[in-house]
Amino acid sequence: MQLTYTPKQQAFRAEVRAWLAHNLPREPLASYDTREGFEQHRAWEAMLFESRWSMVMWPADLGGRGCDLTEWLIFEEEYYGAGAPMRVNQNGQLLLGPTLMEFGTAEQKRRFLPRMAASLDMWAQGWSEPNAGSDMAAISSKALLDGDHYVLNGQKTWSTRAIFADWLFGLFRSEPGSTRHHGLSFLMVPLDAPGVTIRPIKALNGKDAFAEVFFDDVRVPVANRIGAEGQGWHVAMATAGFERGLLLRSPARFQHTARKLVELFKASPQAAERDPALGDAVLDCWMGAEAYALSAYHTVGRLGRGEQIGAESSINKIIWSELDLKMHETAMRLLGARAELLTSAAAGGDAAGWLDGFLFAQSGPIYAGTNEIQRNIIAERMLGLPK
Amino acid sequence: MDFTFTDDQLSFREAISRFLMTEAAPEMLREIWETDAGRSPDLRNRIAAQGLTALSVPEAEGGLGMDDVAWALMTQELGYYAIPDSLADTAYVAAGLLAGLDAQHPARGELLPRIAEGSLRLAINHPINPLVSDAQLAEVLILPDGDDLHRVPRAAVDVQAQPSIDASRRLGAVSWHPTPATLLASGEQGRRLQAQLLDRGALSVAGQLLGLAQRMLDLSVDYVAQRKQFGKPIGSFQAVKHHLADVARQIEQAKPVLYRAAHGLAQGQPGASLWVSQARLACCEASWLAARKGIQVHGAMGYTWEVDLQMFMKRAWALDASWGDRGFHKSRIGAYLFADGARLGPGHTFEE
Repeated sequence: MQLTYTPKQQAFRAEVRAWLAHNLPREPLASYDTREGFEQHRAWEAMLFESRWSMVMWPADLGGRGCDLTEWLIFEEEYYGAGAPMRVNQNGQLLLGPTLMEFGTAEQKRRFLPRMAASLDMWAQGWSEPNAGSDMAAISSKALLDGDHYVLNGQKTWSTRAIFADWLFGLFRSEPGSTRHHGLSFLMVPLDAPGVTIRPIKALNGKDAFAEVFFDDVRVPVANRIGAEGQGWHVAMATAGFERGLLLRSPARFQHTARKLVELFKASPQAAERDPALGDAVLDCWMGAEAYALSAYHTVGRLGRGEQIGAESSINKIIWSELDLKMHETAMRLLGARAELLTSAAAGGDAAGWLDGFLFAQSGPIYAGTNEIQRNIIAERMLGLPK
Repeated sequence: MDFTFTDDQLSFREAISRFLMTEAAPEMLREIWETDAGRSPDLRNRIAAQGLTALSVPEAEGGLGMDDVAWALMTQELGYYAIPDSLADTAYVAAGLLAGLDAQHPARGELLPRIAEGSLRLAINHPINPLVSDAQLAEVLILPDGDDLHRVPRAAVDVQAQPSIDASRRLGAVSWHPTPATLLASGEQGRRLQAQLLDRGALSVAGQLLGLAQRMLDLSVDYVAQRKQFGKPIGSFQAVKHHLADVARQIEQAKPVLYRAAHGLAQGQPGASLWVSQARLACCEASWLAARKGIQVHGAMGYTWEVDLQMFMKRAWALDASWGDRGFHKSRIGAYLFADGARLGPGHTFEE
């Protein structure tokens, strides 16, 4: 056990910090759930890519820096610690990217990864369907082989920011008559293809944060399939693992929120006096964020020693999503009567940022596999309880 | 940056675990619980023969010279098997204190080699504990008096037994009179040693609580897999699964918190006390949740004397406030967190 950073790691931290200090947007970007904000975030991603900060763990020939996981944690600490913008293309970069690297052909990697790193292509997910939510193996959207194309018919839903995105990846039933996790293929679909209709779904914040996507005889080249025909479930499970695992929600993001929460608490002595439980809640939140960070470093170390992480990524998902919720609930209680106010309310002051986060935190225990499903996974795969 | 254990540390843990699995089965714990002394000299000797009592005695004094990081693993094993002995108090907490004395201090040569070979039974206390664990049974007691620490022979101490719900804890109210002859450390050195003593004691309890939590989880998993209702194992029902998944999550979440604290103590880092308190709270939560959910999934059986779960639950309940209750550890964290100049936010997880 050796818990200090090497001179190389310290130099890397300093480099990230210096770049961010120079290049961070002066004004906060608009919400990426709006067209305007989405494009602002895309432009920010292009800046990151330009200086090879968009995908630090990717190899240099894909625009990355070949960083290891510890350097990635350092990057994330500096990035979120500086209050830098949310990452708008994570679905592509963190979910599809690693999948392509593991299962994609050389041609697919060349074609998609660099554009993904630069956010020239923005990606949406196509997992859920109206009748396939937690039970993802109930997918019924079809992809019938017709020569060197698949013909897609069906509907996907809850596709984050799909109305602004360029591409969608997801699972389609390519073997007629197949059931459950058999006979599915993993396909990449351009969202401007004829036959694709995208209808926005207004989220809790009133913005078009996600969408349903309809496919009517959409023709997709077979070359857009990742992995073998009918092996989509296997490929997708690897992706779901990445998502729940460390990468999507690095601890730095929550440590940053925890710091803001402590500051809010210190700036709200009257609220703290009215409700003595608030101090305890803030303390708990801060410890939770610390524990999540420690768990990330421990996991990185164990991966470095060649260990595998399996169902533990389900524990991660529960930890960060419940922590995020608790932090924002505590902030709302600290803000008291100001908590409900929108940015447009002059009396709101700094409250609106917490409200946005509070609304988004409601989705954490639901997306990326509900926390109930995660608890099933922990119980069955980690503890070995019967199905 | 390497937040993992060495192969040596892990294989030592593995060896101790395998040893205790056969030598400290629950039936044996029950027998020891029912004896007057509540201790088995035989068990202690066999544990000593495995090298555990020599673990953190410096090599110069006949020990293995390992540090708090190794104990973060060993205390979990002692908790997992609910060893009815205050072994960690002697071999870890007291050995750590004695090893912090000046190299020429006579107590080192007199006590440390005997700790290493396993022949000395010590009781050690800090003002935070109103009662002294194993005071009746100890040959020597290390006791605080103001800033000072004294080394007192058992004969000079009057002990009044104070029975606990956990029959493996043997607590005593002690009365004694400090004399210059018993003085071990005083003044600034006494204060420093007492502060370290408190942190080691608290870390030792944290590790034991985490081990207890894991044991209660394992017992519960076994039980719900074999107990059938409605024609199937109750462990197949989601309500039961989710109880135990929550316990697993608390345990996993607490582990690295414990490990950072142990490393901080071993390195003498300024953040160590804060980290120890975080570890204590995380491990307290995990163990109490494991007890609560454990008894729930055992149903009425969990409320009986007969089922083994009770021994581990009682230890977890009893240790919760030992070496500082949750309020004490929370106040230490709050004092840091809400003061000006606290290093908050990402990038401050480890001392730099």
